[in-house]
Amino acid sequence: MSLLQIDNLSLTIHETEILKRIRLRIDAGQIVAVTGESGSGKSMTALAVMRLLPNGAKADGAILLDGRNLLPLMESDMCALRGAEIGMVFQEPMTALNPVKTIGDQVIETILIHKAMPRAKAWARAQEVLTRVGLPPDRFPLSRYPHELSGGQRQRVVIAMAIALRPKLLIADEPTTALDVTTQAQILELLKGLAREYGMGLLMITHDLAVVADMADQIVVMRQGEVVERGATTDLLNNMQHPYTRMLFQASGHQVSLPDPPEPQPLLEVKNVIRDYRLPRKSLFGRSGHNRAVDEVSFTLNRGERLGLVGESGCGKSTLTKAILGLEETQSGDIRLDSQPVFSGHKPNPAVRRKMQVVFQDPYGSFNPRHRVARLITEPFHLLDTPPSGPERQDRIAEMLTAVGLRPDDAGKFIHEFSGGQRQRIAIARALIIRPELILFDEAVSALDVSVRAQILDLLAELCTTYNLTYLFISHDLSVVRTITDRVMVMQAGKIVEQGETEQVFSDPQHPYTRTLIDAAPVLPDIGTSVA
Amino acid sequence: MLRYALKRLISLFISLVVASVVIFAVIEVAPGDPASFMLGVNAQEDTLAALRAELGLDGSKIQRYFNWVSGMLVGDFGTSYTYRTPVSQMIADRMWVSLPLALYALTLSTLIAFPAGIYAAARRGKPGDLTVMGATQLGIAVPNFWFAMMLVLIFAIKLRWFSAGGFAGWDKGVWTGLHSLTLPAIALALPQAAILARVMRSSLLDILGEDFMRTARAKGLSRRQALWRHGVRNALIPVLTIIGLQFSFLLAGSIIIEQVFYLPGLGRLVFQAISARDLIVVESVVMLLVFAVITVNFLVDLAYAGVDPRLRGRS
Repeated sequence: MSLLQIDNLSLTIHETEILKRIRLRIDAGQIVAVTGESGSGKSMTALAVMRLLPNGAKADGAILLDGRNLLPLMESDMCALRGAEIGMVFQEPMTALNPVKTIGDQVIETILIHKAMPRAKAWARAQEVLTRVGLPPDRFPLSRYPHELSGGQRQRVVIAMAIALRPKLLIADEPTTALDVTTQAQILELLKGLAREYGMGLLMITHDLAVVADMADQIVVMRQGEVVERGATTDLLNNMQHPYTRMLFQASGHQVSLPDPPEPQPLLEVKNVIRDYRLPRKSLFGRSGHNRAVDEVSFTLNRGERLGLVGESGCGKSTLTKAILGLEETQSGDIRLDSQPVFSGHKPNPAVRRKMQVVFQDPYGSFNPRHRVARLITEPFHLLDTPPSGPERQDRIAEMLTAVGLRPDDAGKFIHEFSGGQRQRIAIARALIIRPELILFDEAVSALDVSVRAQILDLLAELCTTYNLTYLFISHDLSVVRTITDRVMVMQAGKIVEQGETEQVFSDPQHPYTRTLIDAAPVLPDIGTSVA
Repeated sequence: MLRYALKRLISLFISLVVASVVIFAVIEVAPGDPASFMLGVNAQEDTLAALRAELGLDGSKIQRYFNWVSGMLVGDFGTSYTYRTPVSQMIADRMWVSLPLALYALTLSTLIAFPAGIYAAARRGKPGDLTVMGATQLGIAVPNFWFAMMLVLIFAIKLRWFSAGGFAGWDKGVWTGLHSLTLPAIALALPQAAILARVMRSSLLDILGEDFMRTARAKGLSRRQALWRHGVRNALIPVLTIIGLQFSFLLAGSIIIEQVFYLPGLGRLVFQAISARDLIVVESVVMLLVFAVITVNFLVDLAYAGVDPRLRGRS
C-alpha cells in the first residue's frame, strides 16, 4: 500500500474545473516531483491533500493517506493530521512566518498543538529539530524573531515546523523558488536528506525541472489540471512521450542565437562607482555607519553589446541599476552614457535619461491598471522635448506593438486583459518606443513560465537584429544569462569579481565565487538535451 | 527597546516645545484685547494699562512666553481673566470629569469594538458579518448627540435608571461618579466603537490573507486557533493608531455631549473661555490637550513596539 494515493481527484472552484481526475502515488521514503507551468494545478493538488483549499472549492475522488480517505474527514480530524502526519513547506519564506512570534515559539507550537509532549520536552525537541535543519541554538537562539534571519534561514525554520513531529508525508510547494542558487542547493539537499533519513514521502511541487532532475525518484508532469506524463525520473527524462513534456524540457534549456556584436565602441562607461547606504546609529550620539552596496565598480558597455550581470540577492545588482538609471546619486565615481554624465550636479541629467529605459521583473505590478495600453507604452514620451502626436504617435504605437508580437488594436485594451508573458511584451514595447540607446532588463524574465520565457528570449534576440539593441541584462538565472548575453559580469558583495566573454566565464570560471554559483545552479541532465 | 523609547521621548519633548510656541503665537495674534474686553469700550487708558499689568499682559513677548512656560512647569497656569481664580484649579476640576469620561468611553468602545470586529472578520460575508457591518454603518452615520438624547429618553426618563444630566462628583464614591458618567460615556463610545470595529475587521481580514496564517493552518491549528494566536496581535497595529486618535478626540471633543448631559468638562470650559476672551484659560487648556495627545501618541508608539518586535531593534 502506498503512503499517499490520489485517485481520480477532480476539483472545481466556483464551477471552474481546476483538476481533472488526477492520479498520484507516493511511497514512504520516496520523492515525487510534480511539475508544470502556472495554472497546471500542481499547487492545488498539494492544497487538496492538506484540505486547505480556497473557499468555494469542491473536491471529488479519493486522497488516501495510509489507506485512509482524507476527503470525507471532519475538519477537526484534518487539524489533527496536519502538522502531525502531513507537513507542508511553502514558497515564500519571507512571509511564511509570523513576524511577531519567536522562531522557537513557532516551532514548539506544532508540537504543542498536537499535545505530543510536555512543554519542556517540546522545547528540547524544537532545539533538536532546528539543529537538524542547520540552525543550532547556540548560534540561532530560539528567541530570535523571523526578521532577524535571512530568507534561507527562515525557510529552514519553516521546514523545522513541518518536520517537528516527523510526519509521514512532507509537501514542499516551490520551496526554493524565492531563494538564491547557493541557498537553493542547500535547502534541496536538506529536504532530500530528511526524506531519506526519516523515511518520509516527499511531494515536491516545482516549476523548474532542473531542480528535481537529480533528486526526485518520480516525476509527474501536469498541464491545465491534468497529469500528462509520469514516470521514474531517468526513464521519463530519457524517453519523454508527451509533446508537452518535451516542450517544457526544451524551453527550460532554451537557446537563442544573437547576432554578432559590432566593433567595440563604448556607450556606457562606469568608473570606480561607490554607493554607500547609511546605517542606523549604534548609539544616540555616535556616528552612523555605512553599508557599501556598490564598491569601486568599473566596466564599459559597448554599443550593440549585450552584457549580463549576475549575483545573489543583496550583492548590489539593484543598487548599481539604480545608479546607472540616475535614480540615486552615487558617493563617488563616474557614470557616463555617450560620454555625458548620468548625474549633472545633484540632478539626473535629462539628456542622458531619455536614452535609457528599463524593463522590470513583475509583469503584474509595473503597470497602472487604469490606463490603456496606448497610454502605458507611450509614457516614456514625456522624456522627449517634442513628443510625437497625432498620426505619428499612432504609427509608433502600432509599430512597437507589432514588433513585440502583439497587434496594433491591442492599444485600446487594459492591462488586465493580458497574460504575464504578453504584459512583459508590453513592457518591452514601452522601453523600446523612444528608441533608447540602452535598455536595462532587471530580472525581466524571472517571473515567467519556462515556455513563455523562451518566447520572450526569442523576441529579444529578434529585436537585437532589428533594432541593434544594447542592453544590460540583470538576472540571478545563470542559464538565461548564458544564452542572452555576449559578455557577463559576476557581482559579489558590491564588487565585480569576474567579467569576460559569457561562454568563457561559464565554461572556465576563474573566480571561486563564480565557480560556486555555477556549481550550485541546477542543470538539466545531458540525457534530456539529446532528446530535445 | 530602551533606545527606541528614549528616542520617542526626545521627539515628545521637541513636539511640546514647538506646540507651546505655536499656541502662544496664535493666541498673541488673535484679535481682541482681554483688558479692553473686560473693562468695556469706554475704559480709560490708565485703567487699561493697570489691568494689563495685573494680568501680566505687559512686558515683551519673549518675556511673557517664558513666564507662561515656566509657570506651567510648576503647575501655575496663571489667573483667569474673567473668574479671577487660578486656571490650574479650574482645569483640575474639569479634568476630574473629562479624563474619567474619556477613559470610560474608550474602554467601552474597545470592549464593544474588539469582539465585534473579530467576530465579523471570522465570518466574512456571512450574516453575522453583515449584521455587525450594518450596525457599525449606523453607528458612524448617526450623530452622537442623537444617541445621547435617545439614551436620556429611554434610560433616564422612561426607566429612571440614570439621571438625565449633571455630575454627582467623586465625593460620594467612585460608583456614584461612574454611574453619572455612564450615559454620556455610552453616547461617546458608540460611534467610536463603530469606527474601531471596522478598522479591527479590515485589519484582521488583511492578516487572514497572509502566508503565515496558511502556515499556521498547515501546522494543524484550527481556523479559530490560527485567528487568535497569529491573527489578532498582528492586526493590532492599525487598531492602536485609531485608539490613540480616539482618546485625544474624546478628551476635548466631547463638548456636545457635555452640553447634552450638562457636565462640567473641559470642552465646556474652553467654549466659555473663548466666548469671554479668557485667553489665558484657552491657552492653558489647549496646551494641556496637546500634552495629552502627544503623551498618548508616545504610549501608542511604545505599544507598537510591544506588539511588533521588528520595531524594537530600530532606533
